[in-house]
Amino acid sequence: MRILPAGDAAVLVEVADLAEAGRLYAALRRNPPPGRLDLVPATRTVLVTFDLGRTDPDAVAAAIRGLTPADRDAAAPADLVEIPTRYDGPDLAEVATLTGLTEDEVVRRHGGAEWTVAFCGFAPGFAYLTGGDPALRVPRRETPRTAVPAGSVGLADGFTGAYPRRMPGGWQLIGRTDAVLWDLDRDPPALLPPGTRVRFEPA
Amino acid sequence: MIEVLRPGPLTTVQDLGRPGYAHLGVGRSGAADRASLRLANRLVGNPEGAAGLEITLGGFVARFSARTVVALTGAPVPARLAGRTVAPYGPVEVRPGDELALGPPDRGTRTYVAVRGGLDVPVRFGSRSTDLLGGLGPPAVEAGTWLPIGTETAGFPTVDLAPVPQPPAELVLPVRAGPRADWFAADALELLAGQPYEVTPATNRVGVRLAGPPLRHAAARELPTEGLVEGALQVPPDGQPILMLADHPVTGGYPVIAVVDAAAVGLAAQARPGSRIRFRVRG
Repeated sequence: MRILPAGDAAVLVEVADLAEAGRLYAALRRNPPPGRLDLVPATRTVLVTFDLGRTDPDAVAAAIRGLTPADRDAAAPADLVEIPTRYDGPDLAEVATLTGLTEDEVVRRHGGAEWTVAFCGFAPGFAYLTGGDPALRVPRRETPRTAVPAGSVGLADGFTGAYPRRMPGGWQLIGRTDAVLWDLDRDPPALLPPGTRVRFEPA
Repeated sequence: MIEVLRPGPLTTVQDLGRPGYAHLGVGRSGAADRASLRLANRLVGNPEGAAGLEITLGGFVARFSARTVVALTGAPVPARLAGRTVAPYGPVEVRPGDELALGPPDRGTRTYVAVRGGLDVPVRFGSRSTDLLGGLGPPAVEAGTWLPIGTETAGFPTVDLAPVPQPPAELVLPVRAGPRADWFAADALELLAGQPYEVTPATNRVGVRLAGPPLRHAAARELPTEGLVEGALQVPPDGQPILMLADHPVTGGYPVIAVVDAAAVGLAAQARPGSRIRFRVRG
């Protein structure tokens, strides 16, 4: 674990991999450092921002280093969310070509796996899901679409995800869901906050 | 109520933003120059975090339907209320029917208007701010927008006039190296500190795009996505840094060479296209 400076009001904690970042994020949620404003988990980091009026980088770094191995390795209980998905996306054939699988096999592997939300980013409620079949790793589209419909289910760089609203995007689209991924009148508004376990149910 | 007659190039409702939701992909947003909004609120006897207007490059006209008190801070603009010239950086009494008209700022980019009682638009995640990138909060103000005035105050205005900050001959912003200074060529930090960077027109509430000596990445490798802070100097492969402002994305995929001190980010938000910023790298 390395604690990197990120200005005078944040530190960036770097760990070995996505799984460790997820555990550290869960541990920091349970044991928030003093003055914490935001915790942002990502691929192999957790960003901790804090209120400069209440603490400083050294105190926050000390609190993070003070987490015990038991704190850091405890498995967080996580909800399982099912996402009913119609596998009729415009890039399904392209994904089959890129992976060397048949379209049916892409669907079987995507829908058969349990995924976990590693982090949210890109847009409110946009969850990056990891842990699926490594054979489904495909790059982003060379040319992003200017508008991807809400509910589109896609693949990119080893992640899967579903677009919470209509927006530009470069993921390879394999299906769509009617699940409401982002609802301002729900608490939390994101259907898939970090740590959530997810299954895509072929519909 | 306030009826907006002309919004100018961009006017939004802003308070101090919505920290605490970045893990869901929701950025902090809020006033790009928070110190100026805080001051405007103090001048009208509001809590510092009350919602006010952030007016970009002036050109704003609105009519008040109620008696109230307003204050203008941030970029100083020529302002007229019911046809009379009013001074910024002090409380101004407004009568029902008065029209407030702001010209273009003499310097700076963003003018803040606080209204006694605050603007009472709906709260989303603890904030009334418009987040243009995340698409949260009220839409940008348009001609015909009605803005309700709230009732939450914190005492009465006690100051007649706050000092108007004088612009520095050259804007110097303190930065701390990292988190990814080691992803850059050995001379990159020296380059960053050595020559001024120009603010380009491609600048908005998301970030200030700068032009200057290119800060080369040490190697062509891809940074895994990681959390991004306000004030970060994020550097895409072309070497031209982007200084992140209030509506910045929650995560980013380009290395951050250094981060502007939190208290100085508001100064960057006031820098105009064509002006220059010098960075002082702190240990």
